[in-house]
Amino acid sequence: MEKLISEFSVGLFVWQTVLFLALLFLLRRYAWKPMLIAVNRREKSIEEALEQADIARREMKKLKQSNDALLQQARDERDSLMKEARETKNEIIAEAKKKAQEEATKILASARDEIKHEKVKAIEELKNQVADFSFEIAERILSEKLTDADKQKNAVVTALKEINFN
Amino acid sequence: MRSRIIYSLVLFALIFNPFVGTSQHSELAEDSLTFQEEIKLDIRHHLEDGHDYHLFTDESTGSHYGFPLPVILVDEGVHFFMSSAFHHGEEVAESKGKFYLVYHNKVYRTDAEGTLSFDADHHPTNVKPLDLSITKNVFHIIAIGLLMLVLFGRAARNYKNDLVPRGVAKFVEPIVLFVRDDIARPNIGEKSYRKYMGFLLTVFFFIWIVNLLGLTPLGVNINNSVAVTFALALITFLITNLSGTKTYWLHILDPLGKSMPWYGKLGIYPLLVPIEILGIFIKPFALMIRLYANITAGHIVMMSLLGLIFIFKSWIGSPLSFGLAFFIGILELLVAALQAYIFTMLSALYFGSAAAEPHHDH
Repeated sequence: MEKLISEFSVGLFVWQTVLFLALLFLLRRYAWKPMLIAVNRREKSIEEALEQADIARREMKKLKQSNDALLQQARDERDSLMKEARETKNEIIAEAKKKAQEEATKILASARDEIKHEKVKAIEELKNQVADFSFEIAERILSEKLTDADKQKNAVVTALKEINFN
Repeated sequence: MRSRIIYSLVLFALIFNPFVGTSQHSELAEDSLTFQEEIKLDIRHHLEDGHDYHLFTDESTGSHYGFPLPVILVDEGVHFFMSSAFHHGEEVAESKGKFYLVYHNKVYRTDAEGTLSFDADHHPTNVKPLDLSITKNVFHIIAIGLLMLVLFGRAARNYKNDLVPRGVAKFVEPIVLFVRDDIARPNIGEKSYRKYMGFLLTVFFFIWIVNLLGLTPLGVNINNSVAVTFALALITFLITNLSGTKTYWLHILDPLGKSMPWYGKLGIYPLLVPIEILGIFIKPFALMIRLYANITAGHIVMMSLLGLIFIFKSWIGSPLSFGLAFFIGILELLVAALQAYIFTMLSALYFGSAAAEPHHDH
C-alpha cells in the first residue's frame, strides 16, 4: 500500500483523467452515438420488415382464401346454371313430346273420322251403284221377257233393302 | 469471424512475446550487480514510467535508442523543456534558473550540482515539483486515444449511408453489441442503459487495447500504474454517485427499508449504514486494485519467466521457461480481454444500482 502511494504519479493521473474524458467525449459524439443509432435503426427496420412480411403473408393467405371462395362460388354457380339448363331442356323436350303426342292423337282421330265418313259415303255410293247395277241387270233380264215391270222392280228393291251392307 | 480474430491475436503474441524482455535494459546496471539482480531491476524498470521514449540501450557502447518527450513541471511557474536535457537521468536540467534531476523516475529540484539529500529510508527529501510531463505512458495514452478515434470514427462513418457493417465496423460492431446486450442491458436495465453506453464502451475498448499493446515489446504499461486505474475507477465512482436516484441513496441509508420496524433498525443501523457508506468507496477502490494488480502481476510473471531463459542458459531449462512464458503469454491475452470485461461489467453493475427504480418488494 505504501509502495502504491509512493509510486502514485499525480501527473499521470491528471493526464489520464483529462485524456480519457476527452476521448470519452469525442468517441461518444463521433463514434458510439452514430453507431448505436444506426444499429438501433437497423434492428428496428429488420423488425419492421419481418412484421411487414408477416402481414403480407397473412394477406396472401387471406387473398388465396377469398380466391378459393370465389372460385368455389363460380363453380357452384356454373353447376346450378347447368342444372337449370338441363331441367329446362328436359322440360322443353317433355312438353314438345306431349304436344306432338297430342297432335298425333288429334290427327289420328280426325283421320279416323275422315276414313269413317269416307267409308260411309263409299258404302252409300256402292249401295246406290249396286242398286243401279242390279236394276240395270234386272231390267235387261226383264226387258226380254218383261211383263209386269213395276212389280218386279219392287221385288228387287225390297230384296236389296233386305241386304244390309254394314 | 471469431476464430479469425483469435488466430491473428495468437499470431501476434507468437511474433512479439519472445522479445518482450530483451528490449528492456537497466540504465543503472552496474558491474557489481549479479545477473539475477539485473533481471530484477529490468523487470522493475519495465513496469515504470519514463520521461524518455526509451526503446533499448546498447550496453557495449552505452548509447540509448529512443526519442525525448516534453517535460512539463509546475514549480512557481510552468517549466517546459525536452527530456533530452536530463541525459537519461545522468545530468541536471536547468530551466528558468531552477535545476532539476530525475531520480527513480521522479523529478526533484536540486542545486546546480544535482545534490540529493536522503532521509533514513533512502527517500530523497528534495522538493518535488508537480510533474505534468508527457511521459512515455502519457504518450502511449495519447497514441491509443488517437488510434481509437480513427478506428471507431471510421467504423461509425460506415453507417452513414449504409446500415450493413463493412470494413472496421464489421470487427467493432459485434463487440459493441456484446457490451450493449451482455453488459449494459442486463445490469443497468432497459430504461436507462443508454446514457451509460458511452462510458462503458470507451472504458472497455480503452482497457482492452491498452492491455493488448502491453503484451508487445513496446513497453506499454499504462494499466500498471495505479494513477491510471485510479482515474478510471474515479470516473466510475463519480458517474455512479452523481447519477444515483433516490432509491439508490435510500438503499444505502436505509438498507432494510420496511422489512424491519424502527426499533429493530436502531440496533443494526449503527453498524450497517457505515458499512453501506464505506461500500460506496470500496467498490471503485476494488476496481482500481483489481485491474492494476492483474496486469502488473501478469507482466512480472511473464518477464520473470523470460529472465529465466537467460539464467538457465541450458538446453532443458531455457526451452522450458520459454514454453512457460509462451503459455503465460497466451493466458495474458485472455486476461487482457477478461479484465476489460470485468471492469466494464462491474461498472455497469454499479450504474445499475445507481439507476435503480423504486420497487416495493422489500
